[in-house]
Amino acid sequence: MTGPVRDGTDVRADATSPPERTAVVGARKRGRRGRRGEQPMVPDAEFTSYYGRPVLNKPTWHAGDIAGYLFLGGLAGASSILAAGAQLTGRRALARSCRVGALVGISGSLYALVHDLGRPARFLNMLRTVKPSSPMSVGTWILMAYGPAAGAAAVSDLTGLLPRAGRAATLGAAVVGPAVASYTAVLVADTAVPSWHEGHRELPFVFVGSAAAAAGGLGMIAAPVGEAGPARRAAVLGGVLELAAAKRMEAGMGLAAEPLRTGKAGRLMRAAKALTVTGALLGGVLGRKSRVASVLGGAAALAGSACTRFGVFHAGVASAEDPKYTVVPQREQLDRRGG
Amino acid sequence: MTADTGYENPAPRKGFFTDTSVCIGCKACEVACKEWNLIPEDGLELTGMSYDNTVGLGADTWRHVAFIEQRKPLGGQESTASAASTVDLGMPAMPGAADRSEFRWLMASDVCKHCTEAACLDVCPTGALFRTEFDTVVVQEDICNGCGYCVPACPYGVIDQREDDGRVWKCTMCYDRVGDGMEPACAKACPTDSIQFGDLDELRERADERLAQLHDAGIDDARLYGRDPDDGVGGNGAFFLLLDEPEVYGFPPAPKVTTRDLPAMWRRAGLAAATLLTGLAATFLGRKR
Repeated sequence: MTGPVRDGTDVRADATSPPERTAVVGARKRGRRGRRGEQPMVPDAEFTSYYGRPVLNKPTWHAGDIAGYLFLGGLAGASSILAAGAQLTGRRALARSCRVGALVGISGSLYALVHDLGRPARFLNMLRTVKPSSPMSVGTWILMAYGPAAGAAAVSDLTGLLPRAGRAATLGAAVVGPAVASYTAVLVADTAVPSWHEGHRELPFVFVGSAAAAAGGLGMIAAPVGEAGPARRAAVLGGVLELAAAKRMEAGMGLAAEPLRTGKAGRLMRAAKALTVTGALLGGVLGRKSRVASVLGGAAALAGSACTRFGVFHAGVASAEDPKYTVVPQREQLDRRGG
Repeated sequence: MTADTGYENPAPRKGFFTDTSVCIGCKACEVACKEWNLIPEDGLELTGMSYDNTVGLGADTWRHVAFIEQRKPLGGQESTASAASTVDLGMPAMPGAADRSEFRWLMASDVCKHCTEAACLDVCPTGALFRTEFDTVVVQEDICNGCGYCVPACPYGVIDQREDDGRVWKCTMCYDRVGDGMEPACAKACPTDSIQFGDLDELRERADERLAQLHDAGIDDARLYGRDPDDGVGGNGAFFLLLDEPEVYGFPPAPKVTTRDLPAMWRRAGLAAATLLTGLAATFLGRKR
């Protein structure tokens, strides 16, 4: 008798050839990916799901707040390191711009974090416990240590009050700054969101590279060309680290790398790459001679860093919205184990 | 693991065993849960995809009945209308009529898994999520500040944020009822005992027996989901007997608590932080420009 093949895995077959009237349990029908520049890197996987519904509940975080925080926190943390270096090497204008940049960055971060809470008035509940198993709790305490130091450094510099305390605060902020810039990678990676979690080995390096490029960009814009040498080198070094780490990360993520290359996240990641390279070449190389190139390159580096964070953010959300990224790797893992 | 919960004399771990093979899709569990826990209405739209208009678990849905239609016989099922017992009247045949006996309807009531290693609880920065003396996982609504971290942390898509309220909500396994020696509302309301509540050890034994029974009856697809204490979340406090692969019901096939990788993540972040510090320090070396 002819008819649909009905072996033990009938449902899975439905994904490609749905029978006439049964509920389509399987992959959501997706249009052919014929859009320009979006070649599928991995062939569409056959998988089963519940009416194409996501397995995960997607993050409730708002892109403007949380991706914005990832960017601003990185900018602040790395700026504090540059500020300390500038202080120690007598680059006063660079030190000041980095101190102020750090304060603005961390203030924006704090605003974004509180704003994103479902109950902003309960922000202080974060401080009722110290929980090493929660990167958000650890991060809160990192910010509690960092924020006042960064603030004191900037305020002392701008007002001229308590200069010795200000210099000490600058060094203190530089010690905590790297933690501010890197912990956010753990924050997003410690979730079930495939495109965040699968990149957990390389994501901290992507984020600190992006942070260094942003701080370099800020220094190139705000400090005179004569003092901005370290900022230019930071934009180049950070950009190289970010792009190399991102490449390595994507190569190791399997199917979960796809959302980083497609859709909104893909566009952001490509823009990030172009802007970061532009920032490094224009600001880092030509900026040695030209103030205009410095400012334009700095702006490109900052924008590139922001695009990276928004790209990673949106890739995660996209990977949580499609059951494919949850089901296929887990099913493959089970099949490998013979389950 | 009860030993890890910090209670001095913990009660036996409580759990749900949801035997989907006897679920009739009546949704009494959904209704009882909503009523008892005073969960707000969350839309009365029809999805058009099946009898399932609840769609999935979330802040305002703590029990969710899934409906799946399949062209597949339930094990051992045979058509009574075999060719030998019927007389051919020469009537026009329905196209594909021969296939029609091969049909089954899967129904399953989903709920929070109350994981042994619960990611939501691990990542909660305020301590609003806690482990009860019954080894269940509950949100303290007076502490939750709506940071939303638990939402993407849950590998099952259970907990979610209530929009107008800002806080997160999920199944408490009727903490209030259980504390008074009563069974949770859903289990109480279930007319077929598809939802069974009790001591987890006992439920696991019962589930093993039921699985063997179904396998003997020729229902080879039957399997337990979340019963194994060695799985990626250390086993579920609420586990299931399913008749197909977990993903058919919208469950992740091999969920894993992400905090297992947390020590490795912190090491990599520490390395990255050191790289940033030394890298930026190096930019000050050499030329004085």
